[in-house]
Amino acid sequence: MSAIIDADLPSRGQWSQSWQRLQRRPTAMAALGILAAVAVLSLVEPLCSAFDFSTPNWDALYQPPNAVHLFGTDGLGRDLLVRLMWGCRISLAVGITASLVSVFIGVLWGATAGYVGGTTDSVMMRSVDILYTVPFIPLVIVLTVLFGRNFLLVFIAIGAVSWLDIARIVRGQTLSIKNREFIEAARVLGLSTATMLWRHIIPNLLGVVIIYATLTVPTVVLFEAFLSFLGLGVHAPLASLGSLVSDGASHLKAHPYLLTIPALFLTLIIVCLSFLGDGLRDALDPREPR
Amino acid sequence: MLKFLLRRLLIAIPTLLLIATLAFGLLHATPGGPFDTAKRMPAAIQRSIEAKYHLNEPLWRQYLRYLGDLLHGDLGPSFQYRNTSVNELIKIGFPVDLEIGGVALGLAVLVGGALGLMAALRRNSLWDTVAMFLAALGVSVPVFVVAPLLILVFAVELNWLPSGDWRFGELRYLVLPVIALGLPYVAYIARMTRGAALEVLGSSFIRTARAKGLPERAVIFRHALRPVLTPLVSFLGPAFAGVLTGSIIVESVFGLPGIGRYFITGALNRDYTLVVGITVLYGGLIIAFNLLADLCYVWIDPRVRLDS
Repeated sequence: MSAIIDADLPSRGQWSQSWQRLQRRPTAMAALGILAAVAVLSLVEPLCSAFDFSTPNWDALYQPPNAVHLFGTDGLGRDLLVRLMWGCRISLAVGITASLVSVFIGVLWGATAGYVGGTTDSVMMRSVDILYTVPFIPLVIVLTVLFGRNFLLVFIAIGAVSWLDIARIVRGQTLSIKNREFIEAARVLGLSTATMLWRHIIPNLLGVVIIYATLTVPTVVLFEAFLSFLGLGVHAPLASLGSLVSDGASHLKAHPYLLTIPALFLTLIIVCLSFLGDGLRDALDPREPR
Repeated sequence: MLKFLLRRLLIAIPTLLLIATLAFGLLHATPGGPFDTAKRMPAAIQRSIEAKYHLNEPLWRQYLRYLGDLLHGDLGPSFQYRNTSVNELIKIGFPVDLEIGGVALGLAVLVGGALGLMAALRRNSLWDTVAMFLAALGVSVPVFVVAPLLILVFAVELNWLPSGDWRFGELRYLVLPVIALGLPYVAYIARMTRGAALEVLGSSFIRTARAKGLPERAVIFRHALRPVLTPLVSFLGPAFAGVLTGSIIVESVFGLPGIGRYFITGALNRDYTLVVGITVLYGGLIIAFNLLADLCYVWIDPRVRLDS
């Protein structure tokens, strides 16, 4: 019980301060607003739309944007708006899930290495060094081929290879708070290593973790789009932003809107996510120079 | 120095082994084989093909055989391109990647460095704000969005440049792939240079140089440039490896005959040796470039010690 109060009380003021600092950054707030709008739209629009993402309509092939089909239709007469919203759903879902996976592994790995120290630390961090040199793109392509039938596993795989940065940063932070008085006090109470990590170390890392989690989301979204662009990601008829860009790229001569609209949305999402991450870095870690 | 080199090379061996093992294991775990066809082959032919490529042996024997060949620098025969070895495919494809990647990164350093330096010299001006906003955009816009858009504008609408294909030494075919590949690096280097330049320009030795009446040009080029460029060096090692692996997308959009394209088709067709070979090559390049960057760093900045 005492541990909860210990971790919560001083940090509440800190959170509201950070929130105020974030609100003072117009780019970050705009990015947050746009992202929220895209997220809500992508959840609601497919429910309200008269069209569905997979049924072809042979009477409405390649219609440019018009009143019925706001963003036009593709080569099978499917409404681009609905497919785009499904794409946003998938991109955001993949981004968040895979980032959670990578944050989970990274935080546990880094905090354990930093807190336990000694040989454990050097073995764990040496293996991170080694994993850093594993060529990332080829490895994920191989993983996608291996897990090809199961899309869920694909993005767990993406998350599982992108935790290295977080592990390094978390370890550094852990080293710096490890010798503070409240940790000493908790150790005197005779808590086990697991409880120490979970109750006292990790809650104090949350600021850093949130920053890097937000910065991981755009890289993961990009990665999923990259895989779908190569035809290794989502399976037809489902669409992701990457596969829509890829479809559009093959029709760009005659129907450029099929490329430009998904490309615009993908860029918008990624730019907003990275602006939000930069803003959070300033808000949560005022000492960090920009 | 020697100790440092030795240690890095010693770490490189288990790293490459891990990469080869991971790629080998993952690929062999995927369902389907390299010689599965829609129509069933006669059993005798199937057997003789498998015997030729040692696919009938137990997996551990294949693995050991592969590692043995790897130690001799032999990446084995490609399954997909019959009668061609992986070494030969790399020899054909790699120069393309090298040319595009080298030109893209070289231009990125020049353009990005110049942009970043100018932004830092006119800090908080309109120029600075616009340049940094564009850089933030450029870092996040993916290559596979930029590449088709470039084709749309410069090949389809304006008809200035070819939309794909490749001929060695012909500049026209190089322009669009290089821009697509280099753009994110221009943006990243511009941001890095600006940050480093702001720090250096605020330091006391620059104030001294200005105080003794040096012209601004000499202050910047003789005194400031070197410390500004040093952090770039440690970035360039991994960046070069990144450019080489990142060219997979550029190759598939522009239809270039580099190794990235072989890699994708190889992974889809279970061309075990080709995929493992290229992965090991990439891993080796990453290790080599990181090491090279660290060595260059010491050479440029003598205050840095490697042994610690």
